[in-house]
Amino acid sequence: MRHIISILVENEAGALSRIAGLFSARGYNIESLTVAPTEDASMSRMTIVTSGSDDVVEQITKQLNKLIEVVKVVDLSEAQHIERELMLIKVKAGAKEREDMKRMADIFRGRIIDVSDNTYTIELTGDGAKLDAFIKSLDQGVIIETVRTGASGIGRGNRVLRV
Amino acid sequence: MDRVKTSALSGAEIVVRCLQDEGVEYVFGYPGGAVLFIYDELFKQDKVKHVLVRHEQGAVHAADGYSRSSQKIGVALVTSGPGVTNAVTGIATAYMDSIPMVVLTGQVPTHAIGLDAFQECDTVGITRPIVKHNFLVKNVRDLATTIKKAFHIAATGRPGPVVVDIPKDVTVAVCEYQYPEEVSLRSYNPARKGHAGQIKKAVQLLLEAKRPLIYSGGGVVLSDASKHLTELVRLTGFPCTNTLMGLGAYPATDKQFLGMLGMHGTYEANLAMQNCDVLLAIGARFDDRVIGDPANFAQNPRKIIHIDIDPSSISKRVKVDVPIVGNIPDVLDDLLKLLKESKPQSIDAWWAQIGEWRAKDCLKYDRKSAIIKPQFVLEKLYEVTRGEAFVTSDVGQHQMWAAQFYKFNQPRRWINSGGLGTMGFGLPAAMGVYLANPGATVACVTGESSIQMCLQELSTCKQYRIPIKVINLNNKYMGMVRQWQQFFHGNRYSESYMDALPDFVRLAEAYGHRGVLVEKPADVEPALKDAFARKNELVFLDFITDQKENVYPMIPGGKGITEIILSEDL
Repeated sequence: MRHIISILVENEAGALSRIAGLFSARGYNIESLTVAPTEDASMSRMTIVTSGSDDVVEQITKQLNKLIEVVKVVDLSEAQHIERELMLIKVKAGAKEREDMKRMADIFRGRIIDVSDNTYTIELTGDGAKLDAFIKSLDQGVIIETVRTGASGIGRGNRVLRV
Repeated sequence: MDRVKTSALSGAEIVVRCLQDEGVEYVFGYPGGAVLFIYDELFKQDKVKHVLVRHEQGAVHAADGYSRSSQKIGVALVTSGPGVTNAVTGIATAYMDSIPMVVLTGQVPTHAIGLDAFQECDTVGITRPIVKHNFLVKNVRDLATTIKKAFHIAATGRPGPVVVDIPKDVTVAVCEYQYPEEVSLRSYNPARKGHAGQIKKAVQLLLEAKRPLIYSGGGVVLSDASKHLTELVRLTGFPCTNTLMGLGAYPATDKQFLGMLGMHGTYEANLAMQNCDVLLAIGARFDDRVIGDPANFAQNPRKIIHIDIDPSSISKRVKVDVPIVGNIPDVLDDLLKLLKESKPQSIDAWWAQIGEWRAKDCLKYDRKSAIIKPQFVLEKLYEVTRGEAFVTSDVGQHQMWAAQFYKFNQPRRWINSGGLGTMGFGLPAAMGVYLANPGATVACVTGESSIQMCLQELSTCKQYRIPIKVINLNNKYMGMVRQWQQFFHGNRYSESYMDALPDFVRLAEAYGHRGVLVEKPADVEPALKDAFARKNELVFLDFITDQKENVYPMIPGGKGITEIILSEDL
């Protein structure tokens, strides 16, 4: 089963490789991993999307908690949460595709952020499924390049992860 | 140069001052380019004694043996690059057995890091998966705090080795020195007390048990909870078994002790493990050498209570009904308090069943053999040392026989590499044991293959007058490899025969020690008596033992407890 795990970690050199190393050493799967500092510069927040049985995910959270630099771990998928991912996608936008492409971006509430004679670069935010759907809805021949950040997540309502 | 104040110290001085202030008695190490300034400071003082090993692996194993046999933290000091890579086996050994240790490593100067400098390696990267934590100190101002953190992390919670990597320029740079009295880390707060509700549930299960078993591991030894465990076993009247790492936590000569369990554990301990209805696991981790195949283990329904300081040890291989996270002595205190208020059920029928299993006498061997049986040597070792020796071992058949036949009545007396299974551990570990317990009787039980992996430390023993006794069970084979090849590989003894063995007697003599060859069963006891009477001499006893002897009982790897193989003599 897919799980989305949020981690608060000391913003120290090597913390990322400690966490990534844990996943590879113990054979856990990483679907995506994002990390950036929080409002408190001494701490980073990481979101890892992984999959595994309940037993495996329980071990993952325990093993993460065991790392000295990890301050807090929460499995967001245990309760209501929101996920967002950013995609930048460069597509062919010659004279004949230009109109169609603009309309598709609008339908998916994407924004065109760069334009050239024959390309658009579209910015699209949403959960993973929405980004997948956008890619699927395009003629595969028009996609030149895609880059996705991987999911970031946050709990709904009063559910917070902070020190 | 206004940074240089009168009270300011160089990084190298700070390292040594930290060790002094931490009360470190011995540092096991080997000098080299990156740590020259630290060695210079060691030279100028005599509070911290340095033990010069002959290979960095030996330094870490010695620090490890020092730690295991005392309640102190072992310290090793090695140089950058090959110093570190040689130390890796020792660090991994300590990590697998949760041994508190601080390893200080030299590093190339900060400006040279990443440029493939001479004797550079990525120490933090290489050791990351085999340490509890590691640090690279880039600024001398962080040095004292980091060393304090290292000692704090190594010894608290589930203990483990911590590496502090110190670039050479940091040992030269100066700053004010103050050793912090304590450090706190917001991300690191190991539990102490167990959850009261869970402890109540555990007591309920124990009181209702008809076929209870207490199964304890290295955690009890590490947390110095041996007294608590003994009280618990006596109070309840329950049977008790120890893992390889837990031996000595409960007195082995006591009638409630079923012996070691696991792959080479006793018949009665393993069958009790399989057939109990309530299992109390304390500081043990259900690893593959203990329960074999978890699916087979799960076939018999039982309630499991698991006490451990490390939440990730709980429900890792086996699903647990009542997990209790906490420091074992604290948890057992609470548990004992509640248990004293009521009385467990009579378990006479269970003891009768265990008695039947015991009657198998599963450790029986041929006592009339004309060739020396290794088990016989260990029985005699136990008798001659009156069960009071510190026994270190290497890895293989001799290790299992030592665990089976030397009856440890006290914790921290049995020193072996249980998790990683490191051949070469025994001799350097014995040096650390002796230095932590000066004057004590220390025996290193080894084999002709294992001993050759860190043999060079015989020289260190000479230099520091470490009078341990080496019990070399010489069957000319990597015995455990040979045994597996006999059982599982159609008697094809691929590369397990040790040809061209040295003359160990002359080898010991070459290092300045006494060497004795023992070839006949009748000579075993006199040779041991003579060796242990020589209080100030290292004696290397080379026992020529039966080449075909196997360790029984045996549960084949990956099989279940019910598939136990017993000796053909039974």
